Amino acid sequence: MKLAELEKILDITVVNMADDCEFDVAFATDLMSDALHLIQDNSDKTLLITGLCNAQSVRTADMLDLKTILYVRGKTLQEEDLQLAKSLNLNILSTKLTMYEVCGQLYEKGLKPVS
Amino acid sequence: MFEQRYAILREDYANAGKASSAIKSALKQLGIAPDILRRIAVACYEAEINLIIHSYGGEILMNIDEENSKVILSFNDTGPGIPDMEKALTPGFSTASATAREFGFGAGMGLPNIKRVSDEFDVVSSSEGTHLKIGFYV
Repeated sequence: MKLAELEKILDITVVNMADDCEFDVAFATDLMSDALHLIQDNSDKTLLITGLCNAQSVRTADMLDLKTILYVRGKTLQEEDLQLAKSLNLNILSTKLTMYEVCGQLYEKGLKPVS
Repeated sequence: MFEQRYAILREDYANAGKASSAIKSALKQLGIAPDILRRIAVACYEAEINLIIHSYGGEILMNIDEENSKVILSFNDTGPGIPDMEKALTPGFSTASATAREFGFGAGMGLPNIKRVSDEFDVVSSSEGTHLKIGFYV
């Protein structure tokens, strides 16, 4: 699924666009240890969906070589954390939808979970 | 043998992950394969967070053993130690504070995750401190 397709499915705001990207799978969590545990192969094509809107979600994405974070429930990174995300070339997306709604809609459109 | 030290302070959530990012960047410049680098970064970050959440503070020591093509990371703190190592290595078991959970940690996957992604894993702990040493063949 390409980023442009994601924008068509969900009502999202692109907060920072570092690099165009495509997703094979997605993982949703507010616990970064779960992300660090379950996201393994193909991580650059994994979309992280989270409500944890702070530096630790950005750091986690960096450690895992993720390209994109989608923040749910209308959350946005504070300026300092956004600058960190920009320095790490991360795509930052935001939506007012809940995590449940985001997951449901993306799953329905065929975006697979991490295996 | 190349060696680098990083000081880690107790409950320093504002800087959590900085040392791991620096270590990952340094190793990336050495040309370590991305999949191995990712495993090192994940283990290092989990262990750094553990130092911040659970310890009185300590340090991360990175050694690059070029002769044996190995990266060794040591995490040393000054206490209070891990009371029950078996429980700490059980996925899902956590003693993390509410503050730690607010920062997205405390899933009880830290040590089990570090053990899973590392090629060598050794941890000893007493009230004097915890010493975790992990190795990766590169």
